[in-house]
Amino acid sequence: MNVKIKVKVNGVEYSHEVEPRLLLAHYLRDTLRLTGTHIGCDTSGCGACTIHVNGKAVKSCTLLAVQADGCDVLTIEGLSANGTLHPLQEGFHQEHGLQCGFCTPGMIMTAADLLKNNPNPNEEEIRHALEGNLCRCTGYHNIVKSIQYAAEKM
Amino acid sequence: MSATTAYIGKSVKRVEDKRFITGKGKYTDDIILPGMVHGTFVRSPHANANIKKIDITKAKAMPGVVAIFTGAHVAAVNGVPCGWQVNFKNGATMKEPKHPLLVADRTKHVGDPVAFIIANTREQAKDAIEAVKVDYEKKGCVTNPAEAVKPGAPLVHDDVPNNICFDWELGNPKAEVDEAISKSAHVTTLDFVNQRLVPNAIEPRSYIGSYDETSDKYTLYTSTQNPHLIRLLMCAFVLGIPEHKVRVVGPDVGGGFGSKIFHYTEEALVTWCSKQIGKPIKWTSERAESFLMDAHGRDHVTKAEMGFDKEGKIMALRVKTFANLGAYLSTFSTCVPTYLHGTLLQGLYTTPKINVDVTGVFTHTNAVDAYRGAGRPEATYILERLLDLGALEMGMDPAELRFKNFIPPFDGVKQPGYQTQVALQYDSGNYEGVLKKGLEIFGYKDFRKQQKEAAKSGKLLGVGFSTYIEACGIAPSAVVGSLGARAGLYEVGQVRVQPTGKVSVFTGSHSHGQGHETTFAQVVADKLGIPMEDVDIIHGDSDTVAFGMGTYGSRSIAVGGSAIVKSIDKIVEKGKKIAAHKLEASEKDIEFADGKFTIKGTNKSLSFGEVALTAYVPHVYPKDLEPGLDFSSFYDPANFTYPFGCHIAMVEIDKETGKVTLKRFVAVDDVGTVINPMIVEGQIHGGVAQGVGQALLEGVEYDEDGQIANGSYMDYCMPRADDMPMFETGSQVTPCPHNPLGVKGAGEAGCIGSTPAVVNAVIDALWSSGKKVKDIRMPLTPERVWNAMN
Amino acid sequence: MIPSSFSYQKVNSVEEAIKALSADSKLLAGGHSLIPTMKLRLNTPGKLVDIGAIASLRGIKESGSEIIIGAGTTHQEIASSKIVLSKLPMFAQGAASIGDVQVRNKGTIGGSLAHADPAADWAAIVLAADATIAVQGSKGSRKIKATDFFKGMFTTALNEGEIITAVHVPVSAGSKSVYLKFPQPASRFAIVGCAVMKTTDDNINIAFTGVSQCAFRDKAAEKVLAGKKLDASSIEAAAKVTVEGITILSDHYASEKYRKHLAKVYLKRALIAVA
Repeated sequence: MNVKIKVKVNGVEYSHEVEPRLLLAHYLRDTLRLTGTHIGCDTSGCGACTIHVNGKAVKSCTLLAVQADGCDVLTIEGLSANGTLHPLQEGFHQEHGLQCGFCTPGMIMTAADLLKNNPNPNEEEIRHALEGNLCRCTGYHNIVKSIQYAAEKM
Repeated sequence: MSATTAYIGKSVKRVEDKRFITGKGKYTDDIILPGMVHGTFVRSPHANANIKKIDITKAKAMPGVVAIFTGAHVAAVNGVPCGWQVNFKNGATMKEPKHPLLVADRTKHVGDPVAFIIANTREQAKDAIEAVKVDYEKKGCVTNPAEAVKPGAPLVHDDVPNNICFDWELGNPKAEVDEAISKSAHVTTLDFVNQRLVPNAIEPRSYIGSYDETSDKYTLYTSTQNPHLIRLLMCAFVLGIPEHKVRVVGPDVGGGFGSKIFHYTEEALVTWCSKQIGKPIKWTSERAESFLMDAHGRDHVTKAEMGFDKEGKIMALRVKTFANLGAYLSTFSTCVPTYLHGTLLQGLYTTPKINVDVTGVFTHTNAVDAYRGAGRPEATYILERLLDLGALEMGMDPAELRFKNFIPPFDGVKQPGYQTQVALQYDSGNYEGVLKKGLEIFGYKDFRKQQKEAAKSGKLLGVGFSTYIEACGIAPSAVVGSLGARAGLYEVGQVRVQPTGKVSVFTGSHSHGQGHETTFAQVVADKLGIPMEDVDIIHGDSDTVAFGMGTYGSRSIAVGGSAIVKSIDKIVEKGKKIAAHKLEASEKDIEFADGKFTIKGTNKSLSFGEVALTAYVPHVYPKDLEPGLDFSSFYDPANFTYPFGCHIAMVEIDKETGKVTLKRFVAVDDVGTVINPMIVEGQIHGGVAQGVGQALLEGVEYDEDGQIANGSYMDYCMPRADDMPMFETGSQVTPCPHNPLGVKGAGEAGCIGSTPAVVNAVIDALWSSGKKVKDIRMPLTPERVWNAMN
Repeated sequence: MIPSSFSYQKVNSVEEAIKALSADSKLLAGGHSLIPTMKLRLNTPGKLVDIGAIASLRGIKESGSEIIIGAGTTHQEIASSKIVLSKLPMFAQGAASIGDVQVRNKGTIGGSLAHADPAADWAAIVLAADATIAVQGSKGSRKIKATDFFKGMFTTALNEGEIITAVHVPVSAGSKSVYLKFPQPASRFAIVGCAVMKTTDDNINIAFTGVSQCAFRDKAAEKVLAGKKLDASSIEAAAKVTVEGITILSDHYASEKYRKHLAKVYLKRALIAVA
């Protein structure tokens, strides 16, 4: 039995009938065609699917779309406002915090959660905050610098 | 030719970033084609089992199921081929059993595909898996290559005796090496396993096959490192479809590290089945499938011995390796443990006698193929572990021991290249230079004091070195052809100057994180004296790009970049003809610099844009010259390139738990001329993290049933941000003498140099505390280190 | 990975949840223990009853000599709670060490306790704290002592149809607690998690997770320390007897021998921290 959900995603209200087992990540990618949210694993391990639900970073592969009913969702596509890059997006560009780009949306969304709660994190705190996000390209060095850049800027 | 270097050598920010940081990248799984259906696989739960019966009737009746294919359906289709033939020592051809798209009779590793289910939705396709009933007769299996060659070991293929695919030897005659070793004052010996790794690009493999009846044309969207190579292999070897009827597109690809070079059965299957059912089919790997099916890396069981004279000069090196190839031969599987491994055993040293013997072995495991570094990390690991361990055993300083043995500096121009004992001729090198620089950055003089001080307060510190060399810029076609490659390894670069002077560049290289859209544009803009914004780099589509061999082996700038430069040279040459005609001068009096064609010694000139426009509006134009300004070139390198470097690791060990913390990592890499230092450093960082991952965290564990015991991110320890320090990098530039840019390649360096440096550091720490341990099996988990201490 | 089909019911009260539960249903709170197993199809419930929106299950409050943590409170809420940070540091440490921030933002203490993973952090912590677990079912409410709650791997004292509503943690003035964990580096679950609570100078509670089939209190070690001052020799004596005679887990990452050694090391470190 499909379930009707209402979700606000990046400021836009959506209403859909969904199968209860539909994962939020698939809802965003396939139904809303917001493909910036990536899926890199099956075990909530890689963090590529990280988005914000009601202002908090979560893994959208481990949430059902029905659980997001009535929630406010922010994805990478909604991070920059009026064409201005978010300081984190700018930081990742300036500090070469991405290579293949696949983990990047999740990294940025996790970092945004960190900076919200801790605007001036030190290196150790940044590294710890990224424990739920895997990157195979950068060795994390420039990701740390990207987040430091954004923290400085914000 | 322009002398401008407005861009080359500068850390230009990447032009490709914007789409990725805003979530607008387009990866294969992001694509939905009209009418597209979804595929899933029924995979063997057993490493070795006879398939007695497959019953698909119930599954076929499941909601949304469109079709189910089994081994019987694809029996007439060829298997996927191996791209490199290695012969037995006696000249016999290697054993090359069929690698079918779906198995019909016997499964040969866990994950071997038994049936391909196609359904309207991903959910429906997934639901039908359990409804396919397969009756298996489980048999014994073998996963370790050294065990698999023993008499009585279970056979992977009935017609491959002792599971041996090939045996192979390189270097000086074994008897000479044996003698040199026996006469050595000291012999350092290591028996070890270079463990199996999972590449783990964060984007799982994803394919969409689509067939258009009206044009009789197939399209394959694939997360690949080399779309043209996939087209070639799939068309010519597997499906027998003419190439002009197949378009292969590699859109944005989320990392490769080797694992997306190879032509996989799933690629051919979605393509072939799309015609059978008349609908586009998507298959995206789950991570669990990636662990089972993406070609793995390394997996060597090795015995290595290095003989030294009493001063510490290396006299000889003897290496015996059993290389695990898995159950089937993946595309480049056979060349990795041979020509990419044995040939690197000279290292940076003047070792006069080297013999390497490799047995390629089938086991009941997933295929092993190139993974970042591919053979070269294994060779470097052998050499660099032996060097540091030899120094400890002989009571010498590991840095001093290296200085004693380095090949002296040579630039490959004034001094000739260096001929090794193992078939290669190094292009140029200054090996002592990188070590000196590394020692300086690390502050080695003070380290030993620091180590002693730390010991007093109960801390266990260690330092490890690795001075490595790699063969990149793969590769001169004639050379690799003589060694068994079944393809040429040139690259194609087309430069199309548009009438307005804007430039579209088509490269057969493929970028999946390397930043080609930036680096290549820097080269083109500089060479043509135009702004980077006027240059667009296009790659990844076989219908757009003439041809290509793709990206792997740190070859993109050295081979792909050189092909582009060749085309630029042709454009400049033609531009001079056009300019000379328009300026009423002799062609030989025209020089091109800073984007202008000028009559030498005058201020009469035409801009690049004016010449471009003239080429397309040829009203005042040389009589016998074709209009247009568009050239394509094939570049086949004269030699490999040989980047090298020095990596120094410092670790601290928790004495109570054995946990190793990487405190510092210094990397000084000489990758030849650097186009974009920011991108090169990024490549080094990423490579180092992967190498550190092998040393401390990663490794596939097969159990006795051939199951991967750690096949998920909950078990397989990927390096994370808090496992790594900030890296300290330095550089040295020794240009490559044989390509137009002087570049050598940087993609794999970090991964090749770092692993032994970290392991050596742990061993050094243990020796400093009196524990004279020779080896700890990688990954150096806390328990293994603790066991070594207790 | 996609779960098999199920029906879904969102409820707004515990009573409604109890009514909605049936034989093949499961409760969905944060979902971070349940959904991963459903994606692997190790769990295939016919129905999910979503209790994520029940306000009464959420929150942390002080009541007399105890702190009550609602079962639906997320790990992150516990980790950052001022009450918990000041009065039950071990709870904050434990919460902060679970998974990663995304998991902590969604996963709940009640969900984790009900799932009873042998390496879950909460188990050791509630044991060492002498907490009680409040549950409600169709036959009414009851309180289960933490020491009676964990019955084995993924097995608890919960009856069919019962819901954890809260965790009640006694707090005594001057108590000291710590949770230290040696994580499996991939999953970040505990290879050894050691929770120690010193309630008075005479009494120390010691609990482990990750070491055995399920979390447990180490009475032998507690006995050695009873009435003794924590010093080098008493700590050494406790470490000597700890986890002896217990069936210890072994896997490809940490053998029985090594786990046992780690348990001793971590007990020492934890005792030093509360000394």
